Amino acid sequence: MQLAVWTYEGPPHVGAMRVATAMEKLHYVLHAPQGDTYADLLFTMIERRGKRPPVTYTTFEARDLGKDTAQIFQDAAREAVARFNPQAIIVGASCTAELIQDDPAGLSEAMNLPCPVIPLELPSYQRKENWGAAETFYQIVRQLADKSVVREPREGRKARANILGPTALGFRHRDDLVEIRKILALLDVEVNLVAPLGATPEDIGRIGAADFNIVLYPEIGDEASRWLERTFAQPAVRTVPIGVGATRSFIADVAELAGADPTPALGDTSSRMPWWSRSVDSTYLTSKRVFIFGDATHAVAAARIAREELGFEVCGLGCYSREFAREVRAEAARCGVEALITDDHLAVEDAIAAAAPELVLGTQMERHIAKRFGIPCAVISAPVHVQDFPARHSPQMGFEGANVIFDTWVHPLVMGLEEHLLTMFREDFEFSDEAGASHHAAHSPRKATPAPAETAPRELETVGAAQAATVAEATERNAEMAQALWTEEAERELKKIPFFVRGKARRNTEAYATAEGIAPISLETLYDAKAHYAR
Amino acid sequence: MSVAEILEGCAAEVTRDARAATEAQRPILRERGQREVFCGLTGIIWLHRKMQDAFFLVVGSRTCAHLLQSAAGVMIFAEPRFATAIMEERDLAGMVDAQDELDRVVNRLLERRPDIKTLFLVGSCPSEVIKLDLAKAAQRLGAVHMPRVRILNYSGSGIETTFTQGEDACLAALVPVMPALPANAPKELLIVGSLPDIVEDQFLRLFAQLGIDRIGVLPARNARDLPSVGANTRYLLAQPFLGETAMALEGRGARRIEAMFPFGAEGTSDWLRAAAREFGIDAAHVEQVIAPARARASRALANLRPQLEGKRITFLPDSQLEVPLARFLQDELGMELVEVGTPYLHRAHLARELDRFGPNVRLSEGQHVERQLDRVRADRPDITVCGLGLANPLEGEGLTTKWAIELVFSPIHGFDQAADLAELFARPLRRRDMLEV
Repeated sequence: MQLAVWTYEGPPHVGAMRVATAMEKLHYVLHAPQGDTYADLLFTMIERRGKRPPVTYTTFEARDLGKDTAQIFQDAAREAVARFNPQAIIVGASCTAELIQDDPAGLSEAMNLPCPVIPLELPSYQRKENWGAAETFYQIVRQLADKSVVREPREGRKARANILGPTALGFRHRDDLVEIRKILALLDVEVNLVAPLGATPEDIGRIGAADFNIVLYPEIGDEASRWLERTFAQPAVRTVPIGVGATRSFIADVAELAGADPTPALGDTSSRMPWWSRSVDSTYLTSKRVFIFGDATHAVAAARIAREELGFEVCGLGCYSREFAREVRAEAARCGVEALITDDHLAVEDAIAAAAPELVLGTQMERHIAKRFGIPCAVISAPVHVQDFPARHSPQMGFEGANVIFDTWVHPLVMGLEEHLLTMFREDFEFSDEAGASHHAAHSPRKATPAPAETAPRELETVGAAQAATVAEATERNAEMAQALWTEEAERELKKIPFFVRGKARRNTEAYATAEGIAPISLETLYDAKAHYAR
Repeated sequence: MSVAEILEGCAAEVTRDARAATEAQRPILRERGQREVFCGLTGIIWLHRKMQDAFFLVVGSRTCAHLLQSAAGVMIFAEPRFATAIMEERDLAGMVDAQDELDRVVNRLLERRPDIKTLFLVGSCPSEVIKLDLAKAAQRLGAVHMPRVRILNYSGSGIETTFTQGEDACLAALVPVMPALPANAPKELLIVGSLPDIVEDQFLRLFAQLGIDRIGVLPARNARDLPSVGANTRYLLAQPFLGETAMALEGRGARRIEAMFPFGAEGTSDWLRAAAREFGIDAAHVEQVIAPARARASRALANLRPQLEGKRITFLPDSQLEVPLARFLQDELGMELVEVGTPYLHRAHLARELDRFGPNVRLSEGQHVERQLDRVRADRPDITVCGLGLANPLEGEGLTTKWAIELVFSPIHGFDQAADLAELFARPLRRRDMLEV
């Protein structure tokens, strides 16, 4: 048993729902008890879809157990097919139905339904949402792909690509797709099929007609793409075009497979991020410490952008999907940090507290963690909440995606000159570092009084609202317990440093003092340490 | 037009309710099929806020944990007093003893949260299906952790409970551990059902003014300060979904005070009067006490009445609050009830409410969501009260909706909330008229 308050991923049948909801004319008959319909609201409320997910839940009750749950499944399947007239259905069980072992696959096979039935085996007690989505998409492709539809000779026609991976409830999938289509148009590549998003089961039949596949979201599309590689000898582009550099590599990869000239796509004049980053007022971004956590694809992409395109220092990197841990470990090695592979948000919270970053890039969970610590945060990966399904076009991929990322990541920070002024005139009662960045609409002065220095054990799920102090303050409190470390004078000087860097200053100084065998820390030690760590 | 005329196939479903002794004449549409409702675990979202020393540990699957974080957008809670012990393959395959695992999880939890005084082990669909005995676990763990922590259990599983029935099951689990009221004790009033603190305080003030001072509340804000119960307890239900709790209280000798539910000026007056009558309080005094707040409520409702009068409303089944809320909207705001759907109809507790319904109100119990939506499309009510999974899709079809869950999460009981309650229904209609996009 695993003790959890929040989970990064839902159960695997929610992954299957993301695929079914993304597609058209496909229906999902899910053997499930009352209550599992909560998953509908992920799509209707969080993603704000105006349509119900195409899912029929069998809704069995305790009194049905051991009697006629199999019959209930068959009735529901028959009714769903009659009512919705889908081109194909997928059938499966949620966690509870898995335990009663009714075998939806066998039951639906025996029914002679008038459309293809794709059975799903999604082990709820071992696997999670992204795996469920990948497996569902793979099964759909495997069963519906028409093996007689293969690509025609290239002469006299444009190159054709399948775009694989976008689903419902995906982080910015809708907008990424627009950017990818733009790039392909500039490269004169035709889109044979986008799947799952917007595809019908009949569309899947002609998946073999493409010259190659573009795997936008490996968490969802990779398994299917490997099967397509084996079955139709379709090569795949696996570069995920998040960030300017990655977009350039993506363009080069696609151009190579398509035999196209990459120049028009590479010369896209809407790519502003490189200049925004080089412009002099971005200098203050240099070596900002950033902690990154999310799904593997977005976390790795964010780390590269942070290092290479914004000049940040990555002080922590991790992901919640074990399936893609290798990629994250490799990127973490390049950043000089140890990868954090966990689906326990408490472990992530501890890691963030220990790393004392100046910016957190993460999911909805990290947004909450960062809020409790008072650290600026931007969201880069699912799971996200309703505010991260914006009305406006807001991609992550392509050059426009990089523009969006620049704005989104920089916005939460206190701007360079303001940062200087805050450092210079720390004791101004109105212009306080604790009020937050002045370009943020809503901010209120923080209480200057530190939280009570009680030693109660940390609460299970959080450091708690009562302790909703900044990391800096939390670190200070620990230090108060070992007050003898600092002279009063040095302690006063430390407080003149703005709170968003104070924690780091304290840590560095203490590390320096320990290494040098200095105690207590005096004013001199503080400035010696500053000189030592000067960058 | 009757249901049977609107849709073929429904005629057979309209059956006479065999259980109804009081009003055998009203037909009820009973349906079976896909239910678009939450399971009883969802009650934890307000119960864990209400009982400040209690913690809820769901023993379930990843789906349960995902439900709890999705159901009410509850990532808003910085410090939830709930968690899920997620069962994994090892627990099911018998590689580990699930009871041992549970001990390990509970011990770890209690170590880290010394502030917990009552721990509820909450059963789920998977734990019920594999027959994980949580009563036994609660007993065993209780023996270890009492007196510091009392450990109780109930089931919030979807195969047994619908949404608010989770609160019913939770409160029913508290009844056996309520202290005994001595046989010779004077009569005591017990208010049953969790209310927002501000509403509870309003009611307690009113009861004090009425002269009822021996009064308890279930659930108490601290689960360890449970009120007493015995043959001299007279209980008053504040919520219409507490059938099991009521039975448990009766089992301990308590008797129910028959009343309407305290929604709107009428319902609240009836509820207070019924209690006062039971305690032998002079009727003139009662009217004098309730008059100011009642007049306030009527004034505030009069402002909203023009927006709601004559508007047609359908309730899809959600919280079991549907019947008393529909009565309020019909009697006090002049709305026309098209269909009132409820997951479960407790005929005895709702008898006084049902008496008020007009003869043409279509009453339905249970759900077959597709057929019910067909009826909504055929009826085209001015407003449909429904769950979060259905609201945007119906709006997408051009039907105005009201999220049912807001009715469970907002203070809506009593005189001073009557207009707030009406406003919850008026706002979507007003918004529909305002928007020009």
